[in-house]
Amino acid sequence: MTPHENVPPAPDRAPKDRSMQLQKDMIAEHFRRLEQAPETHEPVVYTFVPGNLTELVRSFGALPLLPEINALQSGMRGMSRKYIAEAEKAGHSEDVCTYVKCDIGMIKSGNIGPTGTRLPKPDLLLLSYTGCYTFMKWFELLREEYDCPAVFLHVPYQSDGRLAPEHRQYIVDQIRDKVIPALEQVTGRPYDEEKLRELLGHSRDAEDDLVAVFESAKRRPSPIDAYFGAVYYVGPIFSAFRGTPEGVAYYRALRAEVEARIAAGAGPITPSGQLDDQKYRLVVEGPPNWTSFHEFWQMFSDEGAVCVASTYTKVGGTYDFGFRHDPSDPLGTLADYCGGCYTNLSLPQRIDMLADYVREYAADGFLINSVKSCNSFSAGQLLILREVEKRTGIPGAFVESDLVDPRYFSAANIKNRLESYIQMLAARRIGSSAGGAA
Amino acid sequence: MTSRAAIVDRALALYEDLDFGSVRAWCAEEGRKAAGYLPVYAPREIIHAVGMLPVGIHGGRDRLEIIRGDAFFQSYICHLPRSVIELLQSGRLDMLSAMLFPSTCDVIRNLSGMWQVLRPNLYTRYCDVPQVLEAGTGGRFWRQELETLLHGLAEVAGVTPDVEALRRSNAVYNEVRQVIRALYAARRDTPWRLPTEELYLVLRAGEVLPPEAFLQMARDYLAATAADDARPRDRVRVIVAGAFCEQPPLGLIKTIERAGCYIVDDDFLLGNRLLTADVPLDGDPLSALADTFLRHAMPSSILYEHAPDGKKRLMAQRVADARADGIIFAAPSFCDPALLDRPMLRAGAEAADIPCIAFQYSENTGQFQQFREQAGTFSDSIKLWGGQA
Ligand code: SF4
Ligand code: SF4
Repeated sequence: MTPHENVPPAPDRAPKDRSMQLQKDMIAEHFRRLEQAPETHEPVVYTFVPGNLTELVRSFGALPLLPEINALQSGMRGMSRKYIAEAEKAGHSEDVCTYVKCDIGMIKSGNIGPTGTRLPKPDLLLLSYTGCYTFMKWFELLREEYDCPAVFLHVPYQSDGRLAPEHRQYIVDQIRDKVIPALEQVTGRPYDEEKLRELLGHSRDAEDDLVAVFESAKRRPSPIDAYFGAVYYVGPIFSAFRGTPEGVAYYRALRAEVEARIAAGAGPITPSGQLDDQKYRLVVEGPPNWTSFHEFWQMFSDEGAVCVASTYTKVGGTYDFGFRHDPSDPLGTLADYCGGCYTNLSLPQRIDMLADYVREYAADGFLINSVKSCNSFSAGQLLILREVEKRTGIPGAFVESDLVDPRYFSAANIKNRLESYIQMLAARRIGSSAGGAA
Repeated sequence: MTSRAAIVDRALALYEDLDFGSVRAWCAEEGRKAAGYLPVYAPREIIHAVGMLPVGIHGGRDRLEIIRGDAFFQSYICHLPRSVIELLQSGRLDMLSAMLFPSTCDVIRNLSGMWQVLRPNLYTRYCDVPQVLEAGTGGRFWRQELETLLHGLAEVAGVTPDVEALRRSNAVYNEVRQVIRALYAARRDTPWRLPTEELYLVLRAGEVLPPEAFLQMARDYLAATAADDARPRDRVRVIVAGAFCEQPPLGLIKTIERAGCYIVDDDFLLGNRLLTADVPLDGDPLSALADTFLRHAMPSSILYEHAPDGKKRLMAQRVADARADGIIFAAPSFCDPALLDRPMLRAGAEAADIPCIAFQYSENTGQFQQFREQAGTFSDSIKLWGGQA
C-alpha cells in the first residue's frame, strides 16, 4: 500500500499534499538503502505486514522488507500478470494466493522491486505467523530461493475473542528466546532494550495521529476516504516506518492536512476530484484490488460514495480500538500488537467490528470486496455479510475480485453491482424519509 | 472373528451414513455425549478421556446435496467447509455437544468462528497446534492448550477432569496408532492383499466408532488380510500425497488402483497417525501427549518445516520408505496447504528422479475418466521406462 510512484489519482495531482511528498521521499530513501545494502552491509530482514516487529528489527539497525508490499506494488505497476504467469509456469497452482505467486515471479524475473531497483537478498526471514496460514508456506518457498536463516514466530489465533494471557506469554517467550537471538546473530549486535523502548515511543506517537486521521471520517463531510485513500495513510506504519522519527513526522503532517480539510469543510481527493458532496457513506471489508485500483475507487467516487471505515486498513494493527505500542513493556506490547491484527481476530470479532463501524461512522451501507486469493479474509465473508445486515438493519453489498491477478477483476460486473447497490440505498433513503413523513 | 467381507461391509455402511446413525445410537445411552473434530489433527485422547465419543467430520462426499452450504462460501473456496456447513444446517450434526477445529488452514480457522455464530451455545475450540518445537515454548504452550481443552470438554461432559483417565486414553490411542501403523506396513509390504479402497473404509470407521470398537475391527481386518492368498499383480507402487484434509471420493481411490497402481502410502485421514511414536504412559499424561506432538508429529503441510532442506527431502524419504515407484500429487481444488506445498515437494522428488503426476479433485467429484487416463498413462510409463518418459 505504500504508493511511491503511484501517488493518488490524476485529477487533483497538482497541489500535492506535503504528507504525500514526505512518504514518497521516505520510501525512495528506504529502497535506495535496500538496493545498496549488499555494499553497505546493512542487514535486511524480510517479514510480513500483520505482526511485523519493525521496531525490534530496526533496533538492531536492520532494514525491513515486506514481500506483500512488493506484490501489491507490482499489481499497481501492471507487472503482476507477468509475474504470476512466471510462477504458474514454474508449477504454482492457479488456485493459491496471488501475492505469493507475484513475489515468486518477481524473484524469478530478476527481483526488481517497486522503485525499479534490485532488491537485496534477505539476511533473515522473520516469519511472523500472524493471521494467515499462507505466510508459513510463503517463507518456506522463499527459503528455497535464498540461502539464509529463517526464524518462526507463532502468534496464536484469537479464537476466543481475546489474546489469552498464556498466548501473550508464548509470543513473548518466542520473541525473547528465538527472534532476538536470531537478530543478534545476523546483525552482530546485542539486544538493546532502551533503543527498542525509544522506537516504541515513536510508534505510539504515530499511532495517536493515525487514529485521529481515521476518526476524522466520523465527520460530514468526511475529510478522508478510509479505504482507498487510507491505504496510502497506512503505508508507512504498516511497512518499514513504524517506530521511526520519519514515521512520526509523516503522521504529524498527515493529521495536520486532515485537520485543515476539516476546517475547510473539504472532502478527500478522489479519482473524480475532491469529494465534498458525499451522498453515501460506506464501510468496506476486505482488501482492495490493486491492478485496477483507481478504476475501482472511481466507481465509488463517481457515485458520490465515500468510505468512512474499513477493516483492511487494520491488518497491520487495530489502533482505533485503543491499542498503542507501550514502551514500558517492550516485548509484551509487541505480543499484544501481533495478536490484535485484523486477520488474527475471530469471525465474531470481525462482525462486531464491522457492525460498530457502521454505527459509529453513521454509514449508509457496507460492502465486502471478496478476493479470490485470500482465504484468511474471504472464508466466512458471506456469513459476515448476513450478520452485519442483521445487526445493523442495513443491507450490504458483495463484490468479488482479486488482489493482484488482473484476470479476476471484472470492471463491468463490479460496476453493475455497485450501481445497483447505490440505487438500492437511494430507494431506501426515499422510502425511509417518506415513511418518516407519513 | 468377523469375516473380512462383513468388516468391509460394516465399514462401508458407516462411511455411507451421512446421518451418523452409529454416533446417534452411541449418544442415545444415558449420559453419553460426542465431540466432533475436523481434519487434520485433533487430540482425540482428550475427548475420550472425558468419556465423550470423538467423531471425525469429513464432509459429505458426493452424496450430499449442497443446498445451504453454497450460500456460505464463494466458489473459490474448497468444497469441504460447504459440505460441513450443509451437515450442520441440515441438523445432521445435532448430536454433537462440542466441536474442535484444528489449525489446518485459514478456512477451517474461520469456520470455527462461523460455528460460534451459528451455534452459540455449543462448545467450540480452535486447536492451534504448536509450530515451535522447543519444549520451553512450544511444549508449554501446547500442554496449556490441551489442559484448557480438557477442562472445557470435562465441563461439557459433566465430569471432573481426570489425568488418570487421560493416561488410559493415551494408552488406547497408542494402540489405535499401532494397529494403523501395522495396517500401513502390511499394505506397503503386500498391497495385493490390502487394497486401499478397503483399508480406507476401515480407517474411516475409526473416525466414528469408539476407539475400542475400532481396534477390534482393525485387528480382525488385519488378521483376515494376512490369511489372504491373493497373488501380486504387475502394478506400479505409488504414493498419493496431498489428500490430507478434504478427502478424495472413494471412486478416485478405486480409479487409481484400477488404473494399474498399488497405493503404498498416502495422506488420507492423516490425523489418525500424525503422532509417529507412542505417548509415554508414565509421568504427567498432558505433558506426555504434548511432548509426543512436539517430538514425533509427522512432517506435513499443516506444520512449519524447520529444516531448510526438509521439504526437498521429504518425498524422496517417503518413496524410499514405501519402496514406491512414483508419486501422485492429488490435492483438493483451492486447498492452500496442499497446493502451496506441492511445488516444493515435487521439485524435491523430481530432483531425486522420482516420477510424479499431479491432479486436483474435490470430495464431490463424480467423474473419474480423466484421472483413470492420467493414472493409467503414469503407471504404463513407469512400467515401460521406469517413469522417465
Ligand atoms: S492469503 Fe491473504 S493474508 Fe495471506 S498472504 Fe495471501 S493475501 Fe495476504
Ligand atoms: S481442503 Fe485444504 S483449504 Fe480446504 S479446509 Fe482442508 S486444508 Fe483447508
